[in-house]
Amino acid sequence: MMREAERLVEAAAGESLLRAALARFLANRSAIVGLVLLALIIGFAFVAPLLSPHDMETNDWERIQIAPTAEQSHWFGTDANGRDLFVRVAAGARVSLAIGLLTTMVSVVIGILYGAVAGYVGGRADQFMMRFVDVLYALPLFFAIIILVTIFGRNIFLVFMAIGAVEWLTIARIVRGQTLAAKQTEYVEAARSLGASPLRIIFRHIVPNVVGPVIVFSTLLIPTVILVESFLSFLGLGVQEPSTSWGLLISQGVGSLDSAPWLLIVPAAFLAATMFAFNFIGDGLRDALDPRDGT
Amino acid sequence: MSASETVLEVAQLAVEFAARRGNVQAVRDVSFTLRRGRSLGLVGESGCGKSQTCFAIMGLTGSNARLSGSIRLEGTELIGLPRAQLDRIRGKRIGMVFQDPMTALTPHMTVGAQLSEIVRHHEGASRDAARARTIEIMERMRINEVERRYDMYPFELSGGMRQRIVIASALILRPSLVLADEPTTALDVTVQADVLRTFRAAIDHTRTSLVLVSHDLGVVAGVCDDVAVMYAGRIVEFGEAVEVFGRPQHPYTRALLACRPSLDGPSSGRLPAIDGQPPVPGVVAPAGCAFRNRCGLAVDACAQQLPLLQAVRQQPPHLAACHRVEALA
Amino acid sequence: MTAPLLQVDDLSVQFAARNAQGERCQLRAVEHLSLTLGAGETLGVVGESGCGKSTLARAVLRLVPIHSGSLQLDGLDYTRVDERGLTAIRRAVRMVFQDPLASLNPRRTVLEAVREPLDIFEPRRSRSERGKVARAMLERVGLDPSFGDRYPHELSGGQNQRASIARALVADPRLVICDESVSALDVSIQAQILNLLAMLQRETGVALLFISHDLSVVRHVSRRVLVMYLGRAMEYRESAGIFADPRHPYSRSLIDAVPRAEPLRERARLRAGATPAGDLPSPLSPPSGCVYRTRCNRATERCTDEAPALQACSDGTPGSYACHHPLESNLQHPPAGEAPP
Repeated sequence: MMREAERLVEAAAGESLLRAALARFLANRSAIVGLVLLALIIGFAFVAPLLSPHDMETNDWERIQIAPTAEQSHWFGTDANGRDLFVRVAAGARVSLAIGLLTTMVSVVIGILYGAVAGYVGGRADQFMMRFVDVLYALPLFFAIIILVTIFGRNIFLVFMAIGAVEWLTIARIVRGQTLAAKQTEYVEAARSLGASPLRIIFRHIVPNVVGPVIVFSTLLIPTVILVESFLSFLGLGVQEPSTSWGLLISQGVGSLDSAPWLLIVPAAFLAATMFAFNFIGDGLRDALDPRDGT
Repeated sequence: MSASETVLEVAQLAVEFAARRGNVQAVRDVSFTLRRGRSLGLVGESGCGKSQTCFAIMGLTGSNARLSGSIRLEGTELIGLPRAQLDRIRGKRIGMVFQDPMTALTPHMTVGAQLSEIVRHHEGASRDAARARTIEIMERMRINEVERRYDMYPFELSGGMRQRIVIASALILRPSLVLADEPTTALDVTVQADVLRTFRAAIDHTRTSLVLVSHDLGVVAGVCDDVAVMYAGRIVEFGEAVEVFGRPQHPYTRALLACRPSLDGPSSGRLPAIDGQPPVPGVVAPAGCAFRNRCGLAVDACAQQLPLLQAVRQQPPHLAACHRVEALA
Repeated sequence: MTAPLLQVDDLSVQFAARNAQGERCQLRAVEHLSLTLGAGETLGVVGESGCGKSTLARAVLRLVPIHSGSLQLDGLDYTRVDERGLTAIRRAVRMVFQDPLASLNPRRTVLEAVREPLDIFEPRRSRSERGKVARAMLERVGLDPSFGDRYPHELSGGQNQRASIARALVADPRLVICDESVSALDVSIQAQILNLLAMLQRETGVALLFISHDLSVVRHVSRRVLVMYLGRAMEYRESAGIFADPRHPYSRSLIDAVPRAEPLRERARLRAGATPAGDLPSPLSPPSGCVYRTRCNRATERCTDEAPALQACSDGTPGSYACHHPLESNLQHPPAGEAPP
């Protein structure tokens, strides 16, 4: 009742759906903190190489494993091979973020298509498609990745394919559920009564109405993917030298935890901050998008 | 108990909601009294404040609502009462019936268990005594095969039966007041008549007072002694049902009665519709009469001054809030 | 004589369902139903929940599988034609749904919604031309064209229903099915929409299949009325005849059960209790013989054994009813409010 009143009040003010959501998002303090934090991290990833005189592969044999210092511009110190950690963390950030974003995008596209088709077509096709999803779900991710890596060799592209191949499953399930609900609505029935083609119904009428939860989920998916990548790299199955990622940096940092703790602390701090940022943004988006999605 | 004993006294009730764009006044300056055994119907279109008035009496307006004025139940002021005390009163002395019986009943308990649970919880009655009370109230609600239905789950019952159970749960503690918000709106018309008859007979039997909220003037006509017509959060006409429906004084009441197609008279061509939209629960209180933009009789005064409820007739009392009452007479 | 616009013959629609015990069974949503509707005419369909009136609407649009019987539009049988052959039918037969907000896609503007039939049926016309037609339609249903750029949630219920009507009429249909189209609206808005429908019908000559549980609304709009109960036709006659002088006991009790805003009459009626006993039976297990017999006070053994067929009114008035023990003509009938014999 009250929501109805609020809806009408907002409607009277001519506020659009998206603007209302945006206003709610901007009013959410932790979401803004997350957004700013993420912007800083992304900014750092691209600006850091320009600020530093070093590049990520040059070894400075005179300054091996030195602690963070302003001297020689080794702001985050150097690693066991005398490479500058400041630029290496930035390089790792680019890789980690790219894997997170790309994998998530691929997952989202596949998941939406698969889930919307399964949900809309329904019946046996739906049963079959969703059982396939269940089967993939049941496969242990890391086991599968280890097998893939053993067969095809270490390859960053493979890693990102493997993660993507698993993460779309959840999105497909979400979208299928939402599609089943949307299929029952009168506006979809109205489109059906027009003889609109299934593709038109799926893309014009269903998908735009199910993207809300997917957007929320994918903001939470990005950090998950980054974390999985880090874990794989930590195990030595992910990104390979000379390229690097946060996971690889952390893995290397653990080895010298006693002698050079900054090698672990700095990349770990970046990873943690990114996790926080995405989770804050995801929560903010959910709060901003959900209240109206119910109507 | 004297016949004229007041059960519910609502005075200058206002309900305001804090919204992002300022306060929404859902109910403004609503006053009425309800004597024992009487029933009052609150009618009006969506957003007129009838349900919010009802929620305010129940104490269910939600955390962002601000109540002012006074709601006295048998002399006890309910506004500002601590939560715990309010809950006790609400459970025992006010019964409630909502539109959707499925949400009012727990799906995983038999209806008999749910009803007797109420008696045991509030009165500490024994299992057998609670069962006897439950059977009695179910019979009063004319639920046949009571013994069998006692052990049924809500989903096994038809919509009409479920609503009878909900009404039984509202009446089982013999409250002095029952609040019913669109109690039969979800029911089919042939079922509705039977449920209403039973409901009316049950509250007559215990001389329970009733506030019934409905958009259906016919339902209110059958069940209620008094009627309050609400518009934009205010009562615009108040009186005995026979008076209000028979000799409506406010232009809005007249229009509301006229714009429903009739079942009995000659079927007319064009319906006398009310132009425009019902007001959105107002952010800004408009000066003057809220109905004036949709009213064919509006004059300059209607835009300037808020019409107050005043007696059109003393005996039986009949009040209307309109500057143009004389013009209509 | 030319063929009527819509002819439904012996239509049955069944759904696979599960009963209360979880066993598979057939839900006979519509059973052996026939009706005709002339061009520009309005046929009202009334009944309570589970009577199959909404299924009937969806069957006429071929949105649900047809079990048996036939559907014809302008003499053309479209009971079994494939999706491509249906395009012409889909254009000629449009629908206005019950919930004005839910029947419009929340993520599309009102103009996009109204334009959609043109997008589908007239893809050769330019987009701006389609937009122009849609805007003109908005104006005809009493919406300012500026509403076209708004989203459904920014409009009131009545305004959304106007948009739905615009969407239904924009591609010049022959028949519009109104499924409870005014039931979710406030009374004052209901009257506006009914007047609008009447005006548009006069202007365009569109036929209306007006489905509602609300008897007074159906009486107001329809010249002929079909009364349904548990998927079957009970009475199918001129509106004036059914409401003044019903033959079927169910029609009588349905009419009598509608509460009137007349306190004295209502109280007398509630005291008298002349309403059918009990609740509606489950459509999953309808009674044998006459489906109404379990609530009918005229039922005999014959009603249990034998389902009454539709028969023409004996006194020569047009129309038919399905009852073994029909009510006598109005003159012998007691006034409403008293118990029937």
